[in-house]
Amino acid sequence: MTTVPFKQRRVRLQKGEAASATLVHALLIVFAIVAILPILVVVMNSFKTTMGIFGAPFAIPSAETFNLDGYKNVFTRGNFAANYANSIIVTVATIAATIALATGAAWALVEYKVRISPLLTGFFIIGIMLPIRLGTVPIIKMMVATGLIDTLAALVLVYTAMQLPLAIALMMTYFRSVPTELKEAARMDGAGEFRTLSIALPLVRPGIAAVASITMLPVWNDLWFPLILAPSKANQTVTLGVQQFVGQFQSDYPALLAALTLGALPLIVLFTVFSRQFIQGLSAGYGK
Amino acid sequence: MIRTGTRYRLLALFVLPALLVYGGFAVYPLLSSVALSFFDSDNGGSFAGLGNYIYLFTDPYVSERFWNALRNSVLFFGIHLVVELPIGLLMAALLTSNSIRRSRGVYRTLLFIPATLSVVIVGFLWRLIINPLWGLVSFPLLGDAATALPTISLMSVWQYIGIPMIFLFTALIAIPNDILEASRIDGARAWATFWQIKFPLILPQFGLITILTYIWTFNGFDIVYALNGSAPGPNYSTDILGTMFYRTFFGSSGQVADTDLGATIASVVFFIILVTTAAYFVVLQRRLKTYEL
Repeated sequence: MTTVPFKQRRVRLQKGEAASATLVHALLIVFAIVAILPILVVVMNSFKTTMGIFGAPFAIPSAETFNLDGYKNVFTRGNFAANYANSIIVTVATIAATIALATGAAWALVEYKVRISPLLTGFFIIGIMLPIRLGTVPIIKMMVATGLIDTLAALVLVYTAMQLPLAIALMMTYFRSVPTELKEAARMDGAGEFRTLSIALPLVRPGIAAVASITMLPVWNDLWFPLILAPSKANQTVTLGVQQFVGQFQSDYPALLAALTLGALPLIVLFTVFSRQFIQGLSAGYGK
Repeated sequence: MIRTGTRYRLLALFVLPALLVYGGFAVYPLLSSVALSFFDSDNGGSFAGLGNYIYLFTDPYVSERFWNALRNSVLFFGIHLVVELPIGLLMAALLTSNSIRRSRGVYRTLLFIPATLSVVIVGFLWRLIINPLWGLVSFPLLGDAATALPTISLMSVWQYIGIPMIFLFTALIAIPNDILEASRIDGARAWATFWQIKFPLILPQFGLITILTYIWTFNGFDIVYALNGSAPGPNYSTDILGTMFYRTFFGSSGQVADTDLGATIASVVFFIILVTTAAYFVVLQRRLKTYEL
């Protein structure tokens, strides 16, 4: 007697689960289409002729409409190779500097506890919320005074300062999980503090990867500081280069779309590859 | 155990490089910017007291621009608040659903991809798509003062929605399973479980992402500048505090550059953000923390 209702209930539950799975998938697919389709439209149209773009903007390139003139124009009239080089230099240098400085600071704040440590930690952490951009006026004055204005070094310095608080918060959570025994054993064996840190480093590698991936996005994509600190043609980053290019070639749609595609693709690819580290970094850094 | 004196020396050695860069290029400029707002550089750098502030708030032209930009920044944040955060929460809740566990990573990556684009790309991409000549809508959404800012705000929401999503997703999956198991045994439905158990538990994180969104939107500049330049029209209807700051400091076709006034606007924005954020942490976040496990 009792088994029948139980069985019925199980069947109903499974049906309900299947129905809810379908609904969840349906909603997520709609969201994913809204997120991805506009990007696909741009990428797709960048491979078409102007006629092809205007005639049927939402059609995939056909034999008649396929065309690479947009890309040719971008590379001949734009400054893309140099822009890419600048963005790569700035991003890689910022990541390296942020990792080096944040690792040292986070290690020391976790490892060498003294009375001012909590205060110092708080001073760094509060920076996660500080709108650095509002200090632009003095930043320009400093860069002019030191002769760093319109150099990539100016960008690297400001971005490193901007990214340090989150990176330190993140590295501290990873250093806290390094077992004390490991560090004490190293010190017993007579290792100096640099050696002890280098023994702990392999254990915080996921943290370093997370710092690298969350530093990459805002630095590569920033428009404000390149516009203000390094605007000359020789120092333009990709983001600024695309901005100026689309301003100049408003009517050359294939070139415009090619410029947008070239600006977008590198980070989409990098993010897709490193999305796990990125998500880990985002949640661990802000969550604590 | 390392001796206290040695610990101080080691702390200094390892922290100093980070402290110098962060202090020199982040904290000092912010404070110095506030200091600058009390001086008058046209008069040989003499102390101006509240002169710059009085000018900003009382000059008919400048104050009109300022209140307009402030109103627009509030609207810019408001649209993120009522569109981005609820939909981000919905996405996060859907992602935590056990029934899609195997495709979770794929959806998460796809939904986050717009956030990897630069605003320059987002702005032009959407401008092309909503272009009245050949795009999806025939109404000039960006050309009408009533719809321009909401349209730009929604572009920004489209771009950044992945951030609250990831944030809230991480909070949701961190809820211990036994709590959810208990509610399942009680026969609670998914909807009830979410609002009565899960959401109260992630309220501190929801509060934090709300305040971060507030800080980010009040610092907004890029998307408006990318689309409409530094005197964003039509008729300043999309002018937010960030674009007004840029225009004031660097000047534009209709305005000469004014360093002091620029620093003053930056300081006012800084105070607004500081006071709101501090008030939030003192009044709300502490209360929310009491729910934490």
